[in-house]
Amino acid sequence: MANTVLHKADTRGFADHGWLKSHQSFSFAGYYNPARIHFGALRVLNDDTVLGGGGFGKHPHDNMEIISIPLEGDLEHQDSMDNVAVIKNGDIQVMSAGTGIYHSEYNKDKTDPVKFLQIWVFPNQRNVEPRYDQITLKPEDRHNRLQQILSPNADDAGVWIYQNAWFHLADFDKGISTEYALKTKGNGVYVFVLKGDVKVNDQLLNTRDGYGIWDTDNFTISAETDAGFLLMEVPMEFKY
Amino acid sequence: MKRVEILAVCSHPEILQTILRLIANTADWNATGAETEEQALILLGKQYFDLVLLGSGMDENSAGRLKFAAPDMKFIQHYGGGSGLLTAEIYGALYQ
Repeated sequence: MANTVLHKADTRGFADHGWLKSHQSFSFAGYYNPARIHFGALRVLNDDTVLGGGGFGKHPHDNMEIISIPLEGDLEHQDSMDNVAVIKNGDIQVMSAGTGIYHSEYNKDKTDPVKFLQIWVFPNQRNVEPRYDQITLKPEDRHNRLQQILSPNADDAGVWIYQNAWFHLADFDKGISTEYALKTKGNGVYVFVLKGDVKVNDQLLNTRDGYGIWDTDNFTISAETDAGFLLMEVPMEFKY
Repeated sequence: MKRVEILAVCSHPEILQTILRLIANTADWNATGAETEEQALILLGKQYFDLVLLGSGMDENSAGRLKFAAPDMKFIQHYGGGSGLLTAEIYGALYQ
């Protein structure tokens, strides 16, 4: 029997810093809920909106796999490894913070907001050499099917991180259904609905709901309306 | 309320300063920093810490030696470099 946890969208933490509005699925900064610290190795899922011209100034990280997925608008990235890049809607960015990295992320547009998901995963190795990567995804590759956007393997589809994790994006038309088979025993999947309504087995989820499922080999996900969603498979138990 | 004493050990000087600054934002928490295992060992020998945060640059061997030197103190690994996780990590370690 699978274990599950439901996080309705309106139960997430929320921070409004003026230039930044952040909905937080797990405890982050001033939002602390001991029942919502992490889902396995998934530690942070922030649904952020940054006003035009605003952004995160230069700040450090260490020992964390940091994934950013723009949903609307463009982010301008700079880091201490001399990377300067713009990540657009349709791209995915990954940083392995390792021994330490500095970066800034600004809304490239001076007027329109940028919306993006900020996702942090505990690494399976500490103190690795920092690294940065970004790729552009093809939207047509996730129409009515799962598009792998992240894995542990450098030669596999999508970006890679230091963890036995697999992420998939999908845009399903109403009525489309598929089965997701977990890659590794002991992993769980956190489903995050980007738009529309979906069902995971019999559980109905609405826009921005999160749903964790583990102790199972597979599950069915079906679109009750036209819908977009992100699946994040991560180890439920890990050494850190 | 008793002040909570925290030792942050991190080999990355700027990240350590960020950690110390964030901890200082909470009135009842006081942080002391160490950039090396040697500095940390000296501090552990001088005073009691309610919590020891092990950050970047501390490998398993270093962590093991520090824990051996202070078996009655609580150690946690700090992730993220003094960012949004720090408060939850400390609350979790101290109060759960």
